[in-house]
Amino acid sequence: MDLIYYLELAVNGAMGGLMYALVAMGIVLIYKSSSVPNLAQGALTMAAAYIVLAFSDALGIAPLLAIPLAALAMFLAGMLIERVALRRLAGWPIVMVLMMTLGLDIFIRAITLTFWGGSARTLQLGIPDTPLFIGPLLINRAYLVGAVVALVFFAIFRFFFRTRRGILLRAIADDYVASWSVGISVEHGVALSWALSSLTATAAGALWGSVQTVDQGLSLLLLKGLTVAVLGGLDSIGGAVLAGLLLGIVENILAGYLDPLLGGGTRELVVALVLILTIMIRPFGLFGKHDIERI
Amino acid sequence: MFYRQAGVFHTDYASDSSLFPIRFERRAMWLILALALVAPYVLDSLVLVSYVQPWLIWTSAVLGLNLILGWAGQFHFGYAAIMGIGAYASVHATRNGVPWEFAIVLGGIAASVIGMVFAFAALRVKGLYLALSTLAMQFVMDWVISHVPAVSGGVSATLQSPPIKLLGQTITSEAGLYYIVLAWVVLVTLFMLNLRRSALGRAFIAVREKDFAAAVIGVQSFYYKLVAFAVSAFIGGVSGAILIFCFYRAITAEQFSIEVSIQLLAMTIIGGLGSIIGSFFGAAFILLLPGQINTLMTWIAQTFSLPIGPETLSHIPHVIYGAAIILVLLIEPMGLGKMYRNVRNYLMVWPYGYLRK
Repeated sequence: MDLIYYLELAVNGAMGGLMYALVAMGIVLIYKSSSVPNLAQGALTMAAAYIVLAFSDALGIAPLLAIPLAALAMFLAGMLIERVALRRLAGWPIVMVLMMTLGLDIFIRAITLTFWGGSARTLQLGIPDTPLFIGPLLINRAYLVGAVVALVFFAIFRFFFRTRRGILLRAIADDYVASWSVGISVEHGVALSWALSSLTATAAGALWGSVQTVDQGLSLLLLKGLTVAVLGGLDSIGGAVLAGLLLGIVENILAGYLDPLLGGGTRELVVALVLILTIMIRPFGLFGKHDIERI
Repeated sequence: MFYRQAGVFHTDYASDSSLFPIRFERRAMWLILALALVAPYVLDSLVLVSYVQPWLIWTSAVLGLNLILGWAGQFHFGYAAIMGIGAYASVHATRNGVPWEFAIVLGGIAASVIGMVFAFAALRVKGLYLALSTLAMQFVMDWVISHVPAVSGGVSATLQSPPIKLLGQTITSEAGLYYIVLAWVVLVTLFMLNLRRSALGRAFIAVREKDFAAAVIGVQSFYYKLVAFAVSAFIGGVSGAILIFCFYRAITAEQFSIEVSIQLLAMTIIGGLGSIIGSFFGAAFILLLPGQINTLMTWIAQTFSLPIGPETLSHIPHVIYGAAIILVLLIEPMGLGKMYRNVRNYLMVWPYGYLRK
């Protein structure tokens, strides 16, 4: 119960939180472009991890090399999901859209398990297990890699939203009817955002799969991703990164403090409480846009 | 055709606002009620206990969820937690000597009181954020139920529910349990049907359509949101208690997990938002379809000796479940209830289709 222990929890939590931000970025990308809260992001993450393993098994290559192939497959899968399931629901009340993403969540999880089985498997990305020592702090190398990847993704998205295609996406996010009327293909933009968010799901799936094991538990990242996305503001990618850091630190320190007191399992509780508090105090999150409602 | 309106003349307000204005439907309802009453003596006991009874219990819960989601338009992603509160409260009450009739109402009231906590989220936010906050509350409730020994009886413990004593009579027979379930579902259905023609129901609909606009015309939207949460939680709590007493006979925290909440939502939305007959269809669809498909798949695998492993087979019901949700939403987002209404509206004026409104 000394300061070093909590500092270590905070640093590792921050890096884990950045890995949550990878899941959250996927949710944010889709929400930004089409106002669809994607509750299937956890299932996509899980499916991506399984696909990485499937490619590496089928071709006999290292999982690290299978990631680009899996990313390509997920890119196409993301577009397919948007085309088949979500496009027809545009304009319907949000409850149907939520239910659709929940249905997708159940379906993707079950179809993944049907193909590849539910037993836990390991995914070796070639990151050494030995912890890194910085002064007195022990740092998990896998988390460090994850945090770096998350920041790289953030930088790529920052850059991407300045390119021509990125500006189109921002226009769609801002006002899709206006974008439509000036000739931007909103459908393609939304499909692209699904594809991009499937890419982040691949990264998240591979990284979390290497930290934990590849099994159904990966889909539970949904709650954490959602909390991060809401805390940062559902339409702000930078917010997702910062909120990821915050949630990771708060979760790790509180869970480290409460777990011995309450007998374990407080991690989910802390995340759920953060979600409730965020929504009660500041529903639009740290950097989200205020919604002003008209009658 | 069957649903003929020809020759149906309402000469007073009472008949015009009756529950089933069309004669065919009124007669069909009596027939269905009669069939439901003789069901325990006609149906195989396996069918009665493992299909009909859970179907009716889940239907009553779905009707409660439909009240809040379909009528008052407030998202509730933690309905299973509400059912769990009702179930735990009534089981603990009967174990402590409270008569069953009171215990079950007590369960409903407990669920109602805690359910109103969810309503305070509705005071602050709506739409997506309400959905997410109720989802988070479900996680918190799950945690409390499984981690507080006074509620669950210890970590991953199972509490036996005492046998039902209704008016001093111990009820253990299958038919007796079935009649309790039937009475409850009929009660809830009647309540929901009457909601359609009462001021309360109209206020709910006003709040659903636009709560600000409702407030402008003098419907206190927060009051009605609170009422909607309380009433639907009462229905959910009693349904949860009946689920435990009449079907599971023992209670664990996993019976009311987040998966069950999603299942209830799926039943409600596949059945059709705000549709009463749809709630019956939706519950049957989600409860029975995956199991039936699985039986079919097993049969196919055996008959054609396909190499499908038992593990693969065990995941197929979930595939079907997810696919069914997606397909129904793609084909008819308003659910099975709307499909039924389409058929009814078609037959109403058949063969003069151009008369359709």
